Amino acid sequence: MKLIYEKSQPGRRGLGVPRPEGLEPPEVPAHLARKTPPRLPELAEPEVLRHFTKLSTRNFGIDTGFYPLGSCTMKYNPRINERVVGLPGFARLHPLVEDDAAQGALELEWHLQEILREVTGLDAVSLQPAAGSQGELTGLMLFHAYFADKGEDEQRTKIVIPDTAHGTNPASVTMAGYELTPVKTDARGNIDVEDLRGKVDEHTAGLMLTNPSTLGLFDENIEAIRDIFHGAGALMYYDGANLNAVCGISRPGDMGFDVVHINLHKTFSQPHGGGGPGGGPIAVRASLAPFLPVPVVARDGATFRLDYDLPKSIGKVRAFSGPFGVFVRSYAFMRSYGPALREMSEVAVLNANYLLARLKDAYDLPFDRLCMHEFVLSARTLKREHGVSALDVAKRLMDYGFHPPTIYFPLIVPEALMIEPTESEARETLDEFIEAMLAIAREAAEDPEVVHSAPHARPVRRLDEVRAAKQPVVRFGFGDHPAEQGAGDRQLEAQKGA
Amino acid sequence: MSYLSLTDADRDAMLAAIGVSSVDELFRDIPAGVRYARELDVPPALTESELQRHMEELAGKNVVDEICFLGAGIYDHYVPAVVDAVLQRGELLTAYTPYQPEMSQGVLQAIFEYQTAICELTGMDVSNASGYDGTTVAADACFVAKHATGRSKIVVTEATNPQVRQVVKTYAPGFGLEVVEVSHEGGVTDPDRVREAAQDAAAVIFQHPNFFGVLENAPELAAAANEAEAMPIAHVDLVSLGVLEAPGVYGCAMAIGEGQSAGNAMSYGGPHYGFLAARSDYIRRLPGRIVGETVDAAGERGYVLTLQTREQHIRREKATSNITTNQTLLALAGLVHLSLLGPQGLRELGETCMALAEHAKRRLQEAGLELLFPEQTTFKEFAVRTGRNAREALQRARAKGVYAGYPLGRDYPGLDDALLVAVTEQRTLTEIERLAEALS
Amino acid sequence: MAASESYPDDLLYHPEHDWARIDGDEAVLGVTWYAQDALGELVHYEPPSVGASVSKDNSYGEVESVKAVSDLISPLSGEVLEVNEKVVDAPETVNEDPYGDGWLIRIRMTNPNERERLLSIGEYRKLLDEG
Repeated sequence: MKLIYEKSQPGRRGLGVPRPEGLEPPEVPAHLARKTPPRLPELAEPEVLRHFTKLSTRNFGIDTGFYPLGSCTMKYNPRINERVVGLPGFARLHPLVEDDAAQGALELEWHLQEILREVTGLDAVSLQPAAGSQGELTGLMLFHAYFADKGEDEQRTKIVIPDTAHGTNPASVTMAGYELTPVKTDARGNIDVEDLRGKVDEHTAGLMLTNPSTLGLFDENIEAIRDIFHGAGALMYYDGANLNAVCGISRPGDMGFDVVHINLHKTFSQPHGGGGPGGGPIAVRASLAPFLPVPVVARDGATFRLDYDLPKSIGKVRAFSGPFGVFVRSYAFMRSYGPALREMSEVAVLNANYLLARLKDAYDLPFDRLCMHEFVLSARTLKREHGVSALDVAKRLMDYGFHPPTIYFPLIVPEALMIEPTESEARETLDEFIEAMLAIAREAAEDPEVVHSAPHARPVRRLDEVRAAKQPVVRFGFGDHPAEQGAGDRQLEAQKGA
Repeated sequence: MSYLSLTDADRDAMLAAIGVSSVDELFRDIPAGVRYARELDVPPALTESELQRHMEELAGKNVVDEICFLGAGIYDHYVPAVVDAVLQRGELLTAYTPYQPEMSQGVLQAIFEYQTAICELTGMDVSNASGYDGTTVAADACFVAKHATGRSKIVVTEATNPQVRQVVKTYAPGFGLEVVEVSHEGGVTDPDRVREAAQDAAAVIFQHPNFFGVLENAPELAAAANEAEAMPIAHVDLVSLGVLEAPGVYGCAMAIGEGQSAGNAMSYGGPHYGFLAARSDYIRRLPGRIVGETVDAAGERGYVLTLQTREQHIRREKATSNITTNQTLLALAGLVHLSLLGPQGLRELGETCMALAEHAKRRLQEAGLELLFPEQTTFKEFAVRTGRNAREALQRARAKGVYAGYPLGRDYPGLDDALLVAVTEQRTLTEIERLAEALS
Repeated sequence: MAASESYPDDLLYHPEHDWARIDGDEAVLGVTWYAQDALGELVHYEPPSVGASVSKDNSYGEVESVKAVSDLISPLSGEVLEVNEKVVDAPETVNEDPYGDGWLIRIRMTNPNERERLLSIGEYRKLLDEG
């Protein structure tokens, strides 16, 4: 398919701009003025719309089909949420208006905070972080501020992270200026408490943990873990990526966590948009509330305001109060469920266990336990006996009309396939997925080549990622540098059109 | 609950297949001490029609009909209808990050086109697939500069957006960075002051047009940084880049900014997108996702995420950033808007904003107000002295249906009488008359 | 095309899957067949500078495949005399010939006794069999 730049024709235009009569723009001083126009596309409106529509047909969303990516919680994105986020009273509101002009927005933020407090079992909330990993970083900054306030920040330099952690956790640790202490996972898929004991002391700032873990397993020793960390004067951070398993069933605050981030684009259905936006609000225990980023949302009876008066605040991690449009959608989602958010989690866990029960014989099962909302299988035997890897299984699933699950994560499971169906799926869809997975296991034995060479039914065949890394072409070349021309420029010369 | 398909029959069959007798048994691994035994204390469930009514009530409590001359980083530009139509395509809206490229050629190609547009506008060689917003990309740029230069000082101009500066200062301690500000003089930044401050600095960040709407001597600021071997990082407005020179042309190492002006509704502050682009030297240090071109097994052109080894899911504690979820959909909106405008449209958009802002300046002066920085050339925003406390002036103007601007005293000492007035292409001559009347 | 599995017996080995070929007071260093197989096709080599110091058991650079990054662990301490530019330009050379054309750096050893603590071919093979 052609790039939009390849469809461009000089002189075409897709949007007019008002030209006020009788007004000449002032001259831009010569040393600041643009000399060469940017090579933006030149197309009329119909061609622009057609281009992006065509692009969308080459993509697959949760609207299109089953999308069982582990730890991503690809659930249905309700359309009423899209309708209400576009209401002019929300869309046309400038973030810097005085509080009296934003009472509806502030009230919505307040209610969202209250629901998050209840779901997490904690005391205060900041809606500011733009994503889960920003929530993590903010949480670790809160750790620093909390300990600095007690005169312990210099001494407490380490954060403990299990070997099953998302990559964002260690990356956040580094960005926050902490050191990483890894802890092992035991044969039941829990943190190895004996390994942990030796690693937590007065130099420990805290723990970062997802519970259930990335293995989809609830840590049975969470109370002992809590005692170890709190006993050493350290804090506990909860990565909310897997919250969909436990809403209304177990609360991170009750598990002992002091700071929690919630992924609004996972548990609370903000659409993923091909990579974002998201929202990573944090909930904290009262002892950490003074350090939250500014502003926080405050309530005085019937009115709401943004409060900047937090003298011990860590500062600001993002502009304004946060990604408001994400709040609108998540709040709407929460209001659609009410207390039945619990049922949401129950169905998520039921769906996952159903898939696990039906698939565990055809694939390897690293941890033989009931799972929570997701579970991990391994293609290890398929690889050893038939040379078919987790990657091959993933690519072949595409031919059956499914988005593949997460592969090669968590790192402690070789040839991992991490599967999370979410509560949105009907049993028939789960059965179709089961049939496809069983079929691929048979194909691995009987016709491995069809699996190796998958996918066959997508707009492109398997893509050469090695080439993309060795010779990065990260923008359209416009024919500027023939030696650096990407495959596309050369193809354009030969191509008749797409 | 209409988002759930599960029937009693489904549940019974599934429990049987699993081999447990109740849903509750599925949670048996959770210790009793951390089980939540009550019903969630949250507001009751609403049907869709009730939800719509409730949300309309909330939206109705916001005031959006005062004529908007408020800017200060977020602007009331027109968002074309085609942007909305594209964003509502479910295949794009509800897709995940394109880690499986064969399922995601739509998003991947769109990001490649976005990266191309940002590079064209900024004169840079590589752009990432977006950052969270215009403030966090400044923090990202500091991280790049620290590792690229080995230095620990960041210089930022006081005339840069206060929230950008505040976010940089929040991130700095964790990065081991010291932040030094260079004050403005008369609404601009003196390159000699920058030259001095930039000794041993990793980077110099300056906004252009700056927070006051004033055009800085950007090439000189970049030169001052380069002389000290600090990376010049320009924080720019995409809408200005049809009339203003690209940072890459006048010597910058990186160009960053808030993308909202291209393609996004104001929406009380988000979600929007930050853009970050750099010279090719920095490609391996860049945070965030990057899409690259390649071929498939049949030799057809296709797109993939590339150089992923920079990112958290591979490099973990040594990653160039922890960023995972970004702002792809909003960046895509920006691409659509820019594609509709084209180069001529973007130029006209910049010219119209400048022309209307200049007209507003004249009309306000004729109404007896003074400009704060009368000597300076401005783009789509300017500061005016209201002759009283600016918040009071604002409230009087609001009573007349005009949201006249942003009180600068919130962020700059000694400027309590000044309002920052933004004039976009959405403002009409009549509305400008009302502004003059409301402030005089 | 990746090479077929082999472990030359004239080399000394490090448990992190690196090898050393000693030649007088100099050594040439690289990664073993096992390492290149685990990483997949290499797409990038980040070498140390000529003149830099490397120290035993510590990282002296990185190699990357599409999906993984690996520190290069030095079996010996020394000063870098030469970097193999062929691998910088074509990292896949390591996959094709990990012990010959795919060498990574040449050093002058600062502590030749360290060679005593490296693994012989027999010991390295044993480690591979156990792992």
